[in-house]
Amino acid sequence: MCGIVGLFLKDPKLEPQLGAMLTDMLITMTDRGPDSAGIAIYGGAKDGLGKLTVQSAHPEKDFKDLDGDMHHAIGQPVTMKIKSSHAVLEVPMDQMEAARSALSHLRPGVKVMSAGDSIEIFKEVGLPKDVAARFDVAKMKGTHGIGHTRLATESAVTTMGAHPFSTGSDQCLVHNGSLSNHNGVRRELKRLGMTFETENDTEVGAAFISHKLQTGETLGNALEATLTDLDGFFTFVVGTKNGFGVVRDPIACKPAVMAETDQYVAFGSEYRALVNLPGIEDARVWEPEPATVYFWER
Amino acid sequence: MQSFDLGQEGLRALNSSLHALKGQTNMTAWEVINPKGAHAIAAGVDAPVDITVRGSTGYYCAGMNKQATIRIKGSAGPGVAENMMSGTVIIDGNASQYAGATGRGGLLVIKGNASSRCGVSMKGIDIVVHGSIGHMSAFMAQSGNLVVLGDAGDALGDSLYEARLFVRGSVKSLGADCIEKEMRPEHIALLTDLLKRGEADGKAKPEEFKRYGSARKLYNFNIDNASAY
Repeated sequence: MCGIVGLFLKDPKLEPQLGAMLTDMLITMTDRGPDSAGIAIYGGAKDGLGKLTVQSAHPEKDFKDLDGDMHHAIGQPVTMKIKSSHAVLEVPMDQMEAARSALSHLRPGVKVMSAGDSIEIFKEVGLPKDVAARFDVAKMKGTHGIGHTRLATESAVTTMGAHPFSTGSDQCLVHNGSLSNHNGVRRELKRLGMTFETENDTEVGAAFISHKLQTGETLGNALEATLTDLDGFFTFVVGTKNGFGVVRDPIACKPAVMAETDQYVAFGSEYRALVNLPGIEDARVWEPEPATVYFWER
Repeated sequence: MQSFDLGQEGLRALNSSLHALKGQTNMTAWEVINPKGAHAIAAGVDAPVDITVRGSTGYYCAGMNKQATIRIKGSAGPGVAENMMSGTVIIDGNASQYAGATGRGGLLVIKGNASSRCGVSMKGIDIVVHGSIGHMSAFMAQSGNLVVLGDAGDALGDSLYEARLFVRGSVKSLGADCIEKEMRPEHIALLTDLLKRGEADGKAKPEEFKRYGSARKLYNFNIDNASAY
């Protein structure tokens, strides 16, 4: 199993509640995936500044003076916000690659969760309610977000094996299912220059889509290509800076329910995840069709 | 009328109250409020009672039902009425995957659409869908009747045994060993009855349907065993 939740807000009035709504949805999906949980939230983009979200198993040691050390390394001011085992570094967008490269020297044990204009990813091992509390997800604001509760099948229960996976700027993906040709696709993507942090099948799905986007494909075309090139079971929900997409494999045995109102588009592995959303009684509720790409962009 | 607030009292309390009803009972009318997509609502009931669920349900609502009439005033999640033995289940909205799977008897009515694998491995249940059904429906269906007023998705009736499939609209594709068969007077009579019991007699006429069944090439059909189906 695994649980997926997603929310794309159309009504800006709901943006202050995005984290609270996603937290409630995520906790409802605990019995689909109690191993680990994660959330990607898009919001708070500032002109010229990017966010680098990093994680450490030893945050007291690794995050101590990291902002100062990073300032020194890239020659630009850096601000840092620490949240438990994660920290969000605000760096000039044009220095993002320099900052990532500096990080690998300054703090070799620190892992990058995400990088981009507006994305922040928080994920850890543990029950969804504990993970959400640890990062205070309920207080987060934003325009759209994706969450995942994991029941591991394909690789170990670790922080890096939790979802969402981010393999491109402002991109992320969560997955319910398992891919069977991920080793072959990973080899091909490595040859094309993509890099991987884990042996996880979902990371391959994420990198596959990121690679398509890098070569100039639209989100819709990138999702369409998963249907021909990825083998296995999948319900994918992907996030980009402006959008939110959904695709299910042709067999479609992994569940998916969507709801749309004038205020939002919501995704849940089960209807239970959606029952507390405002106006759900009058929402258009449907199951996404197999082998059909859906996406919303602002 | 026994009214049960699932949000307040919880699923175990509901199902143990329903399981305690044996044979004839005075408490024949039940209402479940605040279902909020919970799993296994009114699963395993074995009494001639009438249960109305006011809202949408999660996995396996009305599973293994015997005798009861269960109405869902919303949509149903995966596996609704799975392995039903007898009784009636009526869904006002849509049904998710494998509705009525492995059902051995009784009647399942879906007033909206059903998604994939509707009636998979059905073994005697009757299913009437007012809308359309998804792919791989009636896969390995052994006996019973599946009636669809709308369209059917890919691979209808793949590896079919002796279930009868009636579809009014289009069939995207037929599965292995499933073929169209002629509609004889006994099929018209059967459909007339099923449409009436499935609350669909005002919506469609039996003559508008096509019948699909097994070509009997994939499994070892023996005419001497025909009465067993």
